[in-house]
Amino acid sequence: MSKRTIIPFGPQHPVLPEPVHLDLVIEDERVVEAIPSIGYIHRGLEKLVEKREFTEMVYVIERICGICSFGHGWGYCKSVEGNMGIVVPDRAEFLRTIWHELSRMHSHLLWLGLLADGFGFESLFMHSWRLRETVLDIFEKTTGGRVIFSVCKLGGVRKDIDADGLKEIVKLLAGMKAEIKELTDVFLEDYSVKNRLVGVGVLSRDEAAELCTVGPMARASGLRQDIRLDGHGAYAKLAFEPAVEEDGDCHARCKVRVRELFQSIDLITQCAESMPDGEISVPVKGSPSGEFVARMEQPRGEAYYYSIGNGSKFLERMRVRTPTNMNIPAMVKTLQGCDLADVPMLILTIDPCISCTER
Amino acid sequence: MSYITKSPWVIHYDGSSCNGCDIEVLACLTPMYDVERFGIINTGNPKHADIFLVTGSVNEQNIPVIKQIYEQMPKPKVVVAIGICATSGGVFRECYNIMGGVDTVIPVDVYVPGCAARPEAIIDGVVKGLGVLAEKRARLPQELAEERAQRLAVSEADEAEAVITVEIPGDAKAAAEKGDGQNV
Amino acid sequence: MSEEKHLMQEIIPIEVSELLDRVQDMKEAGYRLGQLCAAKAGGQFHLLYSFDKDCALTNLKLPVKDGEPIPSITGVYWPAFIYENEIQDLFGFQFKHLALNYNGKFFKVAEPTPWNPKQKEG
Repeated sequence: MSKRTIIPFGPQHPVLPEPVHLDLVIEDERVVEAIPSIGYIHRGLEKLVEKREFTEMVYVIERICGICSFGHGWGYCKSVEGNMGIVVPDRAEFLRTIWHELSRMHSHLLWLGLLADGFGFESLFMHSWRLRETVLDIFEKTTGGRVIFSVCKLGGVRKDIDADGLKEIVKLLAGMKAEIKELTDVFLEDYSVKNRLVGVGVLSRDEAAELCTVGPMARASGLRQDIRLDGHGAYAKLAFEPAVEEDGDCHARCKVRVRELFQSIDLITQCAESMPDGEISVPVKGSPSGEFVARMEQPRGEAYYYSIGNGSKFLERMRVRTPTNMNIPAMVKTLQGCDLADVPMLILTIDPCISCTER
Repeated sequence: MSYITKSPWVIHYDGSSCNGCDIEVLACLTPMYDVERFGIINTGNPKHADIFLVTGSVNEQNIPVIKQIYEQMPKPKVVVAIGICATSGGVFRECYNIMGGVDTVIPVDVYVPGCAARPEAIIDGVVKGLGVLAEKRARLPQELAEERAQRLAVSEADEAEAVITVEIPGDAKAAAEKGDGQNV
Repeated sequence: MSEEKHLMQEIIPIEVSELLDRVQDMKEAGYRLGQLCAAKAGGQFHLLYSFDKDCALTNLKLPVKDGEPIPSITGVYWPAFIYENEIQDLFGFQFKHLALNYNGKFFKVAEPTPWNPKQKEG
């Protein structure tokens, strides 16, 4: 039997800009076991509910993660709105959906870039990030911010997009389609890219269900699981079917995200076409006093927002469970038995967000 | 072109940042802002780097990591704190696991505000850092000379102490001192 | 009505003694573990186990006393180790028969059990 070695992976390493630490137990070039440990980005922000009023807390929750910032803000608002029984106007729900889907696009393009960087295709990385800038421009035009834009508030949204603005967004996105197609065709069809992704890190349907994976990771293994199906926001009024793939390997996970890019464009177009008139927010009176669990489909998967109020301006507890948390067990399982050289691919294809995980 | 004195190489470390500033740092390198065309390179090796970009506030876990990166960087070096969290702890200042801004651990030369800091602001911060770098470079020979003098003073004091404790006879002590003087 | 699913949720209070049976029932009924968290509300600690099946959410709410060991559900849902270790590190509760126990080294925090500081009060 060959000798076992432990390779520490991180916290400073070339795959992710974020510090994550893994101990990889290897035998020759094969990983036998992977042991994650976290805490480099733990801030303890959930405990800030004791110091911030529930209306201000939305700014803190938005800063859990700069990539899915809008979704976190929405999730928090949804949780407190559920707690207080606030009904958000339809127009606000449609606008939220538009920004959320745009966030998904920016997140997936960012991820495609990082994946390309991970398998050593630098120009593909640059092209992904170049396309992503168009989405950021839309954010900037509609909200004023590029990555963290605090447009979601309790009871609705802060800013409206007028009919011309909506038309322009639809036009810009339609123009992006051809470019995204050209880009993603390389990811899905190129021989050397496929060589790195196909058959790597296979997670079967049963394993995915057993490990309770969420988001694109679950959908790539054939599970039709998407919280957008529960009809929150505008999703109940839109034609929508989650992107599901069967293979469960890195290529399938890439394919799911590529399909979701086009799906997001489609959803935004639908929202823009059927945008209802009316108010964009309702006033919030009183304080939350119950408990409520809200869920969101973030770009990385399902997230939980659990709020407990006690009738005062300060919540008793705000708990956020982010998608990466739930995908770490699956990552640990797929890492067992893989080649050392494939470790970056496996870590990247769960699309880990460490600052989400540790909060 | 004489005003472009150097294309700094930068190293980036994510403290306990929310990723917002990190993706903006990366956005500086990608086609829209593309600072690489000026020869600015994001390196992973602290010994290659001139400018240290730190995003996010500091928690106890990453104090040693930040210190190590800083100490490994060759002189002259500049630290740029990017975003309000790196500047002061920002919105997370009161969290139980947060120590504060980057300046609680290492000296910071340039502070870039913003949440998240915009790429333009980050580039501006790095350009400001270039000015600091030039100043530091100009001061470097003097600084090194001072450091050397200090080191010598310390080693002389150590030697004198050593001499006293082992009680070397007068002649040998004088010879040792003479020899030391020659070396300098 | 699928449109209203996001507003429907059950929060069922349970006792420590029935925890494992209830969780086993959920597993057999085809539910997936959504999350597990600890909270302090009204001066009393509780754990909330969330389960999902086709976007329908069911929660089990378990009141716990500080210092009383809680049976681990990792035997039924292995991925729960992430949450149980997190709760161990942040709240200082102990889980019995935890499948992958980091013994307080999962979350590295500046002060021990920040959500339930015993040393300061006691």
